[in-house]
Amino acid sequence: MDFTLDSEQTALRDAVRGLLGKAYGSSETRREITKTDPGWDEKTWQRLAEMGALGLPFAEEDGGFGAGPVEVSIVAEEIGRVIAPEPYVEAIVLAGSLVAAAGTAEQRAEIIGALAEGQLVPAFAHTEPGSRYSESATGVTASGSGSDWTLTGVKEPVLGGARADVLVVSAAVDGGTGLFLVQGDAAGLTRTSYATFDGGRAAHVAFDGTPATPLGEAGVDQSAAIAQAIAAAQIAYGHEALGAMAFALETTTDYLKSRKQFGVPLMTFQALTFRAADMYVSLELARSTVTWATLVLLDGSDEADVLEAASRAKLQVSKAGRHIGKEAIQLHGGIGMTAEYSVGHYMSRLTAIDHALGDGRHHLAALSSALDGHDVVEPLP
Amino acid sequence: MRLQLSDEDVAFRDEMREFFTTKIPQHIRDTVAARRELSKEQIVESMQVMNAAGIAVPNWPVEWGGKDWTPLQRHIWHEEMQLAGVMPPLAFNASMVGPVIAAFGSQELKERFLPQTANLDIWWSQGFSEPDAGSDLASLRTTAVREGDEYVVNGQKTWTTLGQYGDWIFTLVRTDPEAKKQAGISFLLIDMTSPGLTVRPIELIDGGHEVNEVFFDNVRVPAENLVGEENKGWDYAKFLLGNERVGVAPVGSSKRTLAAAKEYAKTAGPGGSSLLDDPLLAAEIAELENDLLALELTALRVVANSADGKPHPASSVLKLQGTVLQQAVTELWVDLAGPDAVATGAGEGSNVPDLARTATTNYLNYRKASIYGGSNEVQRQIIAGTILGLRG
Ligand SMILES: Cc1cc2nc3c(=O)[nH]c(=O)nc-3n(C[C@H](O)[C@H](O)[C@H](O)COP(=O)(O)OP(=O)(O)OC[C@H]3O[C@@H](n4cnc5c(N)ncnc54)[C@H](O)[C@@H]3O)c2cc1C
Repeated sequence: MDFTLDSEQTALRDAVRGLLGKAYGSSETRREITKTDPGWDEKTWQRLAEMGALGLPFAEEDGGFGAGPVEVSIVAEEIGRVIAPEPYVEAIVLAGSLVAAAGTAEQRAEIIGALAEGQLVPAFAHTEPGSRYSESATGVTASGSGSDWTLTGVKEPVLGGARADVLVVSAAVDGGTGLFLVQGDAAGLTRTSYATFDGGRAAHVAFDGTPATPLGEAGVDQSAAIAQAIAAAQIAYGHEALGAMAFALETTTDYLKSRKQFGVPLMTFQALTFRAADMYVSLELARSTVTWATLVLLDGSDEADVLEAASRAKLQVSKAGRHIGKEAIQLHGGIGMTAEYSVGHYMSRLTAIDHALGDGRHHLAALSSALDGHDVVEPLP
Repeated sequence: MRLQLSDEDVAFRDEMREFFTTKIPQHIRDTVAARRELSKEQIVESMQVMNAAGIAVPNWPVEWGGKDWTPLQRHIWHEEMQLAGVMPPLAFNASMVGPVIAAFGSQELKERFLPQTANLDIWWSQGFSEPDAGSDLASLRTTAVREGDEYVVNGQKTWTTLGQYGDWIFTLVRTDPEAKKQAGISFLLIDMTSPGLTVRPIELIDGGHEVNEVFFDNVRVPAENLVGEENKGWDYAKFLLGNERVGVAPVGSSKRTLAAAKEYAKTAGPGGSSLLDDPLLAAEIAELENDLLALELTALRVVANSADGKPHPASSVLKLQGTVLQQAVTELWVDLAGPDAVATGAGEGSNVPDLARTATTNYLNYRKASIYGGSNEVQRQIIAGTILGLRG
């Protein structure tokens, strides 16, 4: 058991921090970039690719760099520190992992390499109107045989759905939920993009007899692969949130030191400093749980363990994110409410992460229904 | 003790309910129900309909359009309005500057301003806060220097809510730089079209524009626009802030928003199922309902016991807990919207329900409620210091 980064991992963190710190050194840059489509910066994405950050989780024979969840977590956390709008978790950890897990050797060769080089950006089109956090697809249906398939139905909201070069789409097949690839320029594909409150983009994606290629074996149920990819993304989101929470707390403590009212810095008031202390408590509990979940994923010996760890991490992050986001604004007073200042954007991003891939209550419900499965919760194997 | 309202108060309640549900234009109530922002025109129309019926400013002296209602009747008026999805009369006019002018202004100021203020022919902005004077309002630095028949005003106000619509702004300005903090402040009314006055928008985290910075660069203000006496402004401000805190518990609107949330939840589950089948969610809603009940009952106890004009000490929990619950309901809405909560910018052709699209912007926006009008920290200080006698 070891919760520390080795020297290579530390070097990776410093490199990513340097790159993103330069790209998003001022919150004004982020505001500018998120104003226009696709809501993130292609140049920064390219630099992340050149650094190797985009290929980290993928096998070398597929065109990746053969690193693992710890390296992914490092990048995600740095993304969170500056709330970089680049779709790292969405494109790499979620959509990319699905291709890596379910795709044929040929599909992997075609997609993973280009993804790692920043040449191709995928998105996972999964959520359907009214489906909430369901992991199966019912609204989009697939029909066909062999490699000849079409999709019909609607996915919404699809994060980054309009910019994506290729969509990984979940769809109802006879045996359950299958996965398909749809090219961005496919016939019968209509994508309507809109801005999301955290500066991102989501889309209404309509398929109308749209040609699609099965990802991996045709027409089979891919629920297990979907669940694992979602779990990996939930954990990576946890790290993104850790970065965001850490920064929000730092900004708040700095503000308590510098802002003066009644002739003294705000930190004179214990009513406020104790609340910053509570934010720290929340942050560290979340950090422990999320880091643990990453190690469970790294260990990877039991798929069910990964799902459970991801739920536990997501629940803890949901609680911590709400707590820290709200307090960061409150302890700032009016300035915290403004778009010009940073903490409001951090709260926005934390809110978006909370409601992606299952919010706290969703995961609490999952854990509640599984109480019978254990006497005590043991973190170590 | 008795649970029932008197026959008279029942009749009063029915009358108010009838009025608010039938006389305020439907498009205005629909906008409130959709949890979308009202336009300036809608806010004006809503208040003018009330004023035409003589019920826009019941808290004012009767000779200026007030009503000699009991505190309980005023409470009923306020509740029924919120339950019906009607925005209360613009606070800057109805609960802030109006009562101050009525209590402390000259006869000339009263005649000049009160009728137009009640009818929202003049839109008032509140110019109290400054960049360095928030919770510590008395440290404000905007100055007004007397020159003949005029004051020359220099400085900056900020967080001016809806200042972009403002015709006039009531300000606290420093008229005696030598005096101790509170002692050198005056209450001055300033025409927002005056040369040297500029309004700059501040964008908030929900992307909306509801607050502004207001700059004063040698703005010349006729001395007759001073309310009451020079250097007595802090007393008037305290009177105003006291009014601001009474009746601010937004119980009715939280009840209505929670009821709407419950209704939404009934079909928001996968495949149109009810989310109320989720015991965690059901428990959370039940708890919110109970908390709102406790708050409403506290508000009722306060109004029933403040007949002698002195506010009941428990009134100080209203703003604090009122905003806590208001924010909790907005948070519940985001949870109900679930993955749709992200779709705040969805437009035509989107499958995301309208109420899910507005959930997160409302949630983010209402973080303001525990900051303005005396932050929740300030409210706790009042409870600790004034009521419990805990002054460190
Ligand atoms: C959306 C919005 C609309 C507003 N509209 C108006 C308006 O129309 N007109 C107007 O004049 N003003 C308006 N305000 C300003 C509002 O009244 C101030 O924001 C408020 O007084 C807090 O001041 P501040 O923002 O400077 O925060 P600060 O006073 O700097 O406070 C920062 C934090 O410290 C806490 N704090 C400060 N002092 C203490 C203490 N002694 N003990 C414990 N905690 C303390 C505060 O509660 C807060 O959490 C508005 C504000 C907002 C956010």
